[in-house]
Amino acid sequence: MTTQATDTFVRTQVVVEAPIERAFSVFTEDFGRFKPPEHNLLGVEIAETVFEPREGGHLYDRGVDGSECRWARVLAYEPPNRVVISWDINPQWQVETNLDKTSEVEVQFSSESSERTRVEVEHRNIDRHGEGWEGTRDAVGSEGGWPLYLRRFAELLKH
Amino acid sequence: MTYRVTGWAALGDPTRRAIFERLAEGPRAVGELAGELPVSRPAVSQHLKVLKDAGLVTDRRTGTRRIYELDPDGVGTFRADLDRFWSRVLAAYKEVVEQRVEEVS
Repeated sequence: MTTQATDTFVRTQVVVEAPIERAFSVFTEDFGRFKPPEHNLLGVEIAETVFEPREGGHLYDRGVDGSECRWARVLAYEPPNRVVISWDINPQWQVETNLDKTSEVEVQFSSESSERTRVEVEHRNIDRHGEGWEGTRDAVGSEGGWPLYLRRFAELLKH
Repeated sequence: MTYRVTGWAALGDPTRRAIFERLAEGPRAVGELAGELPVSRPAVSQHLKVLKDAGLVTDRRTGTRRIYELDPDGVGTFRADLDRFWSRVLAAYKEVVEQRVEEVS
């Protein structure tokens, strides 16, 4: 079965040696500690990443100069089992203000034993970001848009 | 043989990455790619099939030639990017969460 080309989600998982409560709290409270450093939409270094622990809260980065970038909304917050956030970052890695063009990420925690937890991430509805890409395609040759994205992606591959 | 492969896994292979990078420069035929890389033509075709199944490249026929290019709607590439992002997040997360266990005990 090779339906991969039309899939609009990404799934990945990990099993960690930690009780479910700690697995959940580290994931949410310490998100800034394991977020890849290139995930930075601010023009400056990130001082801290804040994960507001409630439905309706935000995930945001605060730069060393006090600037802020809110790049996700907390859609569900159910410790220690589940958290769902929106992904308000477009394919050009800028904050997407049109919420119809955002995707979502569900993170589920399940106990394998008292000291072991499975963490599953599903990033879905990725195609929602795709609307409007035609405009981006028209911008081929200009700075930004699709060419910029491809260059950025090619750069990432080298790491 | 068919198998499922995600965008990021497809790019985990250095030859496929080289092919992807060439296609990022512009559309190419199989023969052109084989000429630019130290890989046989059948091998290039196989790699292109994997990249195509992962939604990263598309092909079109012009005359007798089949031309490959990066998927112009970009969803496959965006998915590969997110795939990579979450894989890295979980790998780093595992280190942090298990390091804490050691600190506590």
